[in-house]
Amino acid sequence: MSTTSNGISLDHKIIKDIIGSSSSVLDLGCGDGELLAVLVREKNVKAQGIEIDDKAIFDCVARGLSVFHDDIDSGLSDYEDKSFDFVILNQSFQQVKKPDAVLKEALRVGKKVIIGIPNFAHIKARFQIFFRGRTPVTGALPYEWHDTPNLHFLSILDFMNYCKKRNMTIEEAYFIGSKRKIKLFPNLFAQTGIFVISGTSNPVSSDSSEGRDYG
Amino acid sequence: MEKRDKQIGSVETRYYTFAHPPSELELESGEKFGPITLAYETYGKLNSEKSNAILIHHALTGDAHAAGFHPGDKDPGWWNNMIGPGKAFDTEQYFVICSNVLGGCKGSTGPASINPITGRPYGLQFPVITIKDMVNAQRHLIDNLGIDRLLAVVGGSMGGMQALQWVVSYPDRVRSVIPVATTANHSPQQIAFNEVGRQAIMADPNWNEGDYYGKDLPAKGLSVARMVGHITYMSDVSMSEKFGRKFKNTKQPFKFSPEFEVEGYLQYRGDNFIKRFDPNSYLYITKAIDYFDLANGTGLRELFKGITAPFLIIAFKSDWLYPAYQAQEIARACKLAGIDAIYCELNSNYGHDAFLVEVDEQAHLIKYFLQRVAGKLKVIDEHNV
Repeated sequence: MSTTSNGISLDHKIIKDIIGSSSSVLDLGCGDGELLAVLVREKNVKAQGIEIDDKAIFDCVARGLSVFHDDIDSGLSDYEDKSFDFVILNQSFQQVKKPDAVLKEALRVGKKVIIGIPNFAHIKARFQIFFRGRTPVTGALPYEWHDTPNLHFLSILDFMNYCKKRNMTIEEAYFIGSKRKIKLFPNLFAQTGIFVISGTSNPVSSDSSEGRDYG
Repeated sequence: MEKRDKQIGSVETRYYTFAHPPSELELESGEKFGPITLAYETYGKLNSEKSNAILIHHALTGDAHAAGFHPGDKDPGWWNNMIGPGKAFDTEQYFVICSNVLGGCKGSTGPASINPITGRPYGLQFPVITIKDMVNAQRHLIDNLGIDRLLAVVGGSMGGMQALQWVVSYPDRVRSVIPVATTANHSPQQIAFNEVGRQAIMADPNWNEGDYYGKDLPAKGLSVARMVGHITYMSDVSMSEKFGRKFKNTKQPFKFSPEFEVEGYLQYRGDNFIKRFDPNSYLYITKAIDYFDLANGTGLRELFKGITAPFLIIAFKSDWLYPAYQAQEIARACKLAGIDAIYCELNSNYGHDAFLVEVDEQAHLIKYFLQRVAGKLKVIDEHNV
């Protein structure tokens, strides 16, 4: 993932800019806590992580973060409605067993949900499948077929249609290429999509300049 | 680890006596009891602000001797691998206190202590005690040491129950809580194992309604109780690794002498237990554990409302005596009460004993958690390690 001048990766910077100061944040699949640490340091958020890997938890604790050793697929039911300003699923949404149930729970527990997904329809991935007949390995999808933690393979377009069908509002959408933000044809040129979702029933706005070019 | 070779060295147990009549301690049962002596040890130095004190609580058969060596002893205290210079409870930063519980037999007032009214050991005249009573007694010790707020209350198993009781009873005096391999209420299965132990002691003819001091001790009963306990502290895997189906080498004098190594181990541990533990203390303390129900019928979540101390909750995967679901209940209540909490379930094959022997990962979690509570670890984006 490309990094910005101050060492923060571009996806983390985008998420940091979305989140308001002193918000409460629940990071599902927080990994070693890198993103949460950025949010605590720069946005003074009240941070809580959920992570399944114990080694990653040791890293989180060494960073001074609070984290629960739990499964995202089952770890949300304890929280009351709207317990957090933001629930984050950055690069973990495609790894859960039941994305439908997890997203529904995330929208219940958080006022807004931020989701970052790797784009399976990126031009490099298309090229590798179409011309080489290989399962794609790209910057955002760096794993071989046999060692990937990803359970679901989706494109930016897939995700937008998914939200539309479920009456989830995409409030903001950001697309990242290999080095910078992408504006045009994100489903073709973006490796990663970051979406801010809320659970209201307004369908996705058709005049969203960032959501129009579906590639 | 340049500090690995540094040790606490020689330590001594000290004693504090309080609750002299007519100012006896009021027990949870309503009974007034005193005087009470608590045996305790301390490691490290209390800083001038008195803000670096950590209270460690021992488990069922533990004592105040948590670390360092008593003069002439071969073995150090029971949590020596966790307490000392550069260790999880770094005695170069923290002032660590450990006291023997009320009802114990390692220097604190318990059923083997002399009743000042009769001049004889209390035996069954000793009042029923609870985890809350143990904690209330410790509070007097902490008052006496001049400590207003503890940096952390910590413990595994029964020690974890005391840590939980501390933050519930005295939320303003505790800055963080570390319950390890423990529960907020004792389950029927846990009560059942304790009851087998108690019945074994009471079935020993030498027990004599608890009046055995100066006579033959109910050693066999206590031994069986300890054997049951040991089984529950290990795991199927740890037993298989330690003993397998191996036979002892010695020639057996009769049919039912211990043949398997596991039998020999349990008998050895059981038979030696009488040398260091009072059977009546075993009855009283297991009963206190069985009574333990932190929320006492109300919800744990309501009980935790208003607590500001962060929690570090640790469970072990192979611990079937205090299964991880019980630690998860504590973690869940923290979530619902808005308490800042860390929950981690550590890999170990050692069963319930893991909290005493599986040190590295536990130490890592505790070390950084304490640094954060002490304000020495700010959240940063680079690894601190």
